[in-house]
Amino acid sequence: MWMLELPPFTLFFIGGLIAAMTSGKLRGAIMVAIPVISAMHLWTVPEGIHLQLTFLDYELVPYRADKLSLMFGYVFHIAAFISIIYSLHVKDTVQQVAAMLYAGSALGAVFAGDLLTLFVFWELLAFTSVFLIWARRTSRAYHAGMRYLIIQVLSGVILLVGALFYASETGSLSFEYIGLDSIAGWLIFIAFGIKCAFPFAHTWLTDAYPEATPTGTVLLSAFTTKVAVYALARAYPGTELLVYIGAAMTCFPIFFAVIENDLRRVLAYSLINQVGFMVVGIGIGTALAINGAIAHAFNDVIFKGLLFMSMGAVLHMTGRINGSDLGGLYKTMPKTTILCIVGAASISAFPLFSGFVSKSMVMSAALENGFDWIWLMLLFASAGVFHHAGIKIPYFAFFAHDSGLRASDPPRNMLFAMFIAASLCVAIGIYPAALYSLLPYDTGYNPYDATHVLAQTQLLLFSALAFVWLNLRNMYPPELRSTNLDVDWIYRRAIPNVLAKVFAVIWQADGAMRNAVRGKLSQCQSFIASKHKGLGGLLSGSYPSGNMVLWVAVLLASYLFLGFIG
Amino acid sequence: MDINKKEKEKEKEKDNKQYFFDNPKNTKWVMNIFYACCVLVVVLDFVINRHVYHSWENLPAFYPIYGFIGCVVLVVIARWMRTFLMRSEDYYDDENSLEKATDENAHQGANNQTENKKIGDHNVDA
Repeated sequence: MWMLELPPFTLFFIGGLIAAMTSGKLRGAIMVAIPVISAMHLWTVPEGIHLQLTFLDYELVPYRADKLSLMFGYVFHIAAFISIIYSLHVKDTVQQVAAMLYAGSALGAVFAGDLLTLFVFWELLAFTSVFLIWARRTSRAYHAGMRYLIIQVLSGVILLVGALFYASETGSLSFEYIGLDSIAGWLIFIAFGIKCAFPFAHTWLTDAYPEATPTGTVLLSAFTTKVAVYALARAYPGTELLVYIGAAMTCFPIFFAVIENDLRRVLAYSLINQVGFMVVGIGIGTALAINGAIAHAFNDVIFKGLLFMSMGAVLHMTGRINGSDLGGLYKTMPKTTILCIVGAASISAFPLFSGFVSKSMVMSAALENGFDWIWLMLLFASAGVFHHAGIKIPYFAFFAHDSGLRASDPPRNMLFAMFIAASLCVAIGIYPAALYSLLPYDTGYNPYDATHVLAQTQLLLFSALAFVWLNLRNMYPPELRSTNLDVDWIYRRAIPNVLAKVFAVIWQADGAMRNAVRGKLSQCQSFIASKHKGLGGLLSGSYPSGNMVLWVAVLLASYLFLGFIG
Repeated sequence: MDINKKEKEKEKEKDNKQYFFDNPKNTKWVMNIFYACCVLVVVLDFVINRHVYHSWENLPAFYPIYGFIGCVVLVVIARWMRTFLMRSEDYYDDENSLEKATDENAHQGANNQTENKKIGDHNVDA
């Protein structure tokens, strides 16, 4: 059947084209219909290779479906559906088109069966998503988008070089387990790592995501990093290095999140923290750990989307997003408050919410495989994520001191999108078996034993107690209007400053050298001129009047001569 | 005019409306429930027979203590990080005038920090 050979991204790309040409309710209807139709189709797609072609000497597989890619395919459809509903009120063609193309690119990337196709969608992800940042139409957003684009494209270029090395080493471009045994392996690892926001390469995320539009950030949070997680899960499962990188990713962002004022930037930091759990799972590489990583990616797309949606609603309704400007919004935005708290409970992994059923798999896997210290770090990160995403976000936005803002709940489409996400968070939390049945491995894992539930509740409640205690003692860092330096300072300040200073020195030296040379030259010139003074030669500075008389005579003679000829 | 007046009155009423946490009693009530939950889970720790995967879990009340201390350490370190990471809000804004940015902004950041602290403390109520 022809539908079978149609990769899932094509419908979204066609949808993008239609969205560019239509407007109003028609566009809204088409945009909502596309993920629904595409998802219904994807549900029927069996595992296997559905499209294959030969390019030069290489077998390309643009459409390959297995449990791993199908899992990401499903959640990307859910994310696209929710964020399209969330952005139905937006009347900005650029954003609507970018949303469709961006979702399509993400789907293209997870169903890519070879590295060349992956590279194409890898770059498309960058080029389509950057418009969601630029659509904010501020100078900040423009610059942040530029930095985002440069880093993303760089990641793609490294991926392409890695893929070429890989092709010459193995003679094939197929996208399977790669491992870190060769140069190609390392290059591709670095390319994935940049998109996955590994430490020191994470600043594109915390820099650009908070600058995007309220609706754009929801989309951004769903796709780019999860595509990278998928790619790592396929190419580097069981790579021990990933365990340490992932553990670092879970821990360092929580410190930044605690002192950050922009609440969407707080969420961006906690996004890195959550991706860290997935990376640890991939690094451990056992069936339980990989399952945990994928399930957590699935849940994270939904609950992080929900949190970004609730903060987007706050930004949309009040025009503010800094913790120092907000507070007391529960009074007039009660629905948003409740939905945000559901998202906060999910990301904090409270029992009966979705985060709990997936995060605990990674934690159990870490313990089972003897990563004791990593387990302690993950435990600390779990407490930390509750602290900044679970408490700080709802507390400073909706409670804390009364900011005097009296914004009402957002438009109905935004509330509905958040409601869908919140329902999914609770549904998965209560009935995880549905999620587990989609996972690649059957591990028979049960998150709801008394040990787990009690341990997690104790951890979370006492983290909350710490928050209360610190707040009562006035030790909790207040929300301040500020910029906190991160690694991006290196390329936004340090390198430009050093370059500016180096070039200032170079220009100075250059100017001095030119002046010196020019001075010498004019000295030479005047010296030569003085030597030839009065001789009337080519190099003399002045000419004797006798010369002039001679030339006048020559001119007159030639006139006379011409007169005779004429 | 009448309609306007009525609307204004309505708005005033809205402003004066007592919301849930405006009443300190309600806040206290919620906090007491929370403290009770905390006590309950610690008591349950000794009642429920848990399987232990790791020797540290055998310590009495390991998770509560770890969660509490972890968060306090987190906040203390984060506060300390502010002393050298915090700059003024528009630190990166004029990216074109780089040369004057380094020193001036560092000073500004330091000044703002002290100023903001005063404001910030007002902003936070427990």
